[in-house]
Amino acid sequence: MTAFDVRDQSRIGQPTDHLLPPPDEMTLDQAAVTDRRLSVVLGVLSIALGVTNLAVPREVARFIGVCADGQTQTALRIVGIREIVSGIGIFRQPKPSGWAWTRVAGDVMDLSLLSNATPRRRGDWARNRAAALTVLGITLLDLYSAVRLSRDTLQDVAQPQTIRVKKSITVNRAVGEVYAYWHNFENLPTFMSHLEAVHVTGINRSRWKAKAPAGRTVEWDAEITQDVPNERIMWRSLEGAEIPNSGTVEFRFAPGDRGTEVHVELYYQSPAGKIGVTLAKMFGEEPGMQIADDLRALKQVLETGSVLVADGAELGNRLAQRPAQPRKDEAGGDR
Amino acid sequence: MKAVSWQGRQSVQVDTVPDPQILNDRDAIVKITSTAICGSDLHLYNGFIPGMIKGDILGHEFMGEVVEVGRGVGNLKVGDRVVVPFPIACGNCTACQAEAYSLCENSNPNAWMVEPIWGHSPAGLFGYSHLAGGYAGGQAEFARVPFADVGPLKVPDHLTDEQVLFLSDIFPTGYMGAEMCNIQRGDVIAVWGAGPVGQFAAKSAFMLGAERVIVIDRFEDRLRMAREKVGAETINYEQTSVLEALKELTGGRGPDSVIDAVGMEAHGHGALYAYDKVAQTTKMTTDRPVALREAILACKNGGTVSVIGVYSGVIDKFPMGAVMNRSLTIKTGQAHVHRYMRPLLDRIERGEINPSFVITHTMRLDDAPLGYDKFLHKEDGCVKVVLKP
Repeated sequence: MTAFDVRDQSRIGQPTDHLLPPPDEMTLDQAAVTDRRLSVVLGVLSIALGVTNLAVPREVARFIGVCADGQTQTALRIVGIREIVSGIGIFRQPKPSGWAWTRVAGDVMDLSLLSNATPRRRGDWARNRAAALTVLGITLLDLYSAVRLSRDTLQDVAQPQTIRVKKSITVNRAVGEVYAYWHNFENLPTFMSHLEAVHVTGINRSRWKAKAPAGRTVEWDAEITQDVPNERIMWRSLEGAEIPNSGTVEFRFAPGDRGTEVHVELYYQSPAGKIGVTLAKMFGEEPGMQIADDLRALKQVLETGSVLVADGAELGNRLAQRPAQPRKDEAGGDR
Repeated sequence: MKAVSWQGRQSVQVDTVPDPQILNDRDAIVKITSTAICGSDLHLYNGFIPGMIKGDILGHEFMGEVVEVGRGVGNLKVGDRVVVPFPIACGNCTACQAEAYSLCENSNPNAWMVEPIWGHSPAGLFGYSHLAGGYAGGQAEFARVPFADVGPLKVPDHLTDEQVLFLSDIFPTGYMGAEMCNIQRGDVIAVWGAGPVGQFAAKSAFMLGAERVIVIDRFEDRLRMAREKVGAETINYEQTSVLEALKELTGGRGPDSVIDAVGMEAHGHGALYAYDKVAQTTKMTTDRPVALREAILACKNGGTVSVIGVYSGVIDKFPMGAVMNRSLTIKTGQAHVHRYMRPLLDRIERGEINPSFVITHTMRLDDAPLGYDKFLHKEDGCVKVVLKP
């Protein structure tokens, strides 16, 4: 299915001041900083141990009280490479929870190696046990670090986020016509598949009703915050909106009589943060894709008169493709 | 109604499905009198085009009688006899207004599927996967034709279905392939592929003034058709080295322009062909450009490489060095059929060409599975199958 993944331009971004109040300044969580520091220490330890194992495996074997035969030296070298890889991994990633877990796995492997190792002579038994105890201690530290980092990552992706979506399309119609069509917000549901209705409730005020996941609907009031004829319309949701949102649409002359460029920028608070966006993407409901489709529908309405219905696509949920056969229902027709 | 549906790799069946209905004001419903299996349908049949769903109705070459028109169709009425172009085009967007109908910006509702693969989406096509819009095709008793005020061409009653059916695709496709060569006096044109599109490309090259046309294939009966019906010279690539032969035939210059009427499932021989087969089978690449590579190497310095065979994705070992250093021009595209239908109908009426010469098999729609099988394996000289619903 990779070929069908849609790479869109939507991304997490900071809103500009006039659209939504900026989110609280990021206060760096002190605990998160500590977690990160611990992982860095463990990363340094990883690399140091790895280099030692690779450089002087015979001495390391003696030190931990195991027989320094060829096989053991090879094992120590492999362990060394593993340590270096997970150390580098920890440094390379801002949230190295995955790499921290590789350290835990490595520790478990080392413990089993040590318990199976053959002491060289009687005195080595103590060295061997001491080494095992040390590894056990490090394992606990690694485990703690990995759990903390994973928790931080989970918290981070579930935070409410301001999502920014930017899309544009060129419509083969005069700027005035495109502006006038959009300016009547009651037209928006004609081409925005997730809007059920928009009612103009007063000067610059309107009430919006949209489909939400799981068959719900959400409603909110919005106001126009800027209206420059034939150039730009800006709007934002008012107090009390379940999903605070705002948007700008700009109309620009496309060069050489190519019609009108329509540039749309939307901001909204995703209630479930990055996880919410990822889930929405999986169900074909991601806002970047939606807006791209909606703009295509706008182009169809203005250029050809209506939104084009294909036989084999289900409107509203793009991943639910049906066979390219005539529709059974009588309910088709122009939207 | 009955319709030919895709069931998976090398499997089609005739199903009973709902009749089509008017969904947009500018739709018409056509009762199909003749429809054909296209070489490009074999790419779907063989499973090389992504975006097919079990049950999809195939077919993009069809004609028939208008039985219903939407409110927005002013130029057609019930009872009109029409040929339907395979690309769906709105007539309003910038591409349509530039007569680049196969690049219509409004006719592919699944543009989002195509953009990650091709960057931008071309027009929607009848019966050619969900990448091309998921439209039900014309190998059926009826079809819904969107933008019916722009596409369908009314044809006069004194011409038979067999004479005008191929205005829907392969005649304009072959013609555009020749037109892209910008043929000058004395030009020699080489055409890879002696299937129906190759035959029309060769014939069109003569119509546009080519001095000589050389057709390359491996099937003797197809090459005979090119010699006898088109007047072309032929090379059987299984018997002769094509590059050597083309040099020989052109005094060492190479053909002035070359036309690839083969596409993504080309056959060949040698190590590179084996490599292509492996790469395509293991999905390391989507298309095997055997004919295209050879055409590029054969083309004279500064010549034009005209590509009308269908490609779906990416190709390997593309001889870009030959293209760049020898100033070759590559021209290509799905045919802008609407642009060519009227002038080519005029040529048919004037008796300059009778396109029915490519037809080798006429069958009932019910026999479509047999038709696909015969066409794929080129059994008993099969070049073109026409189905009668």
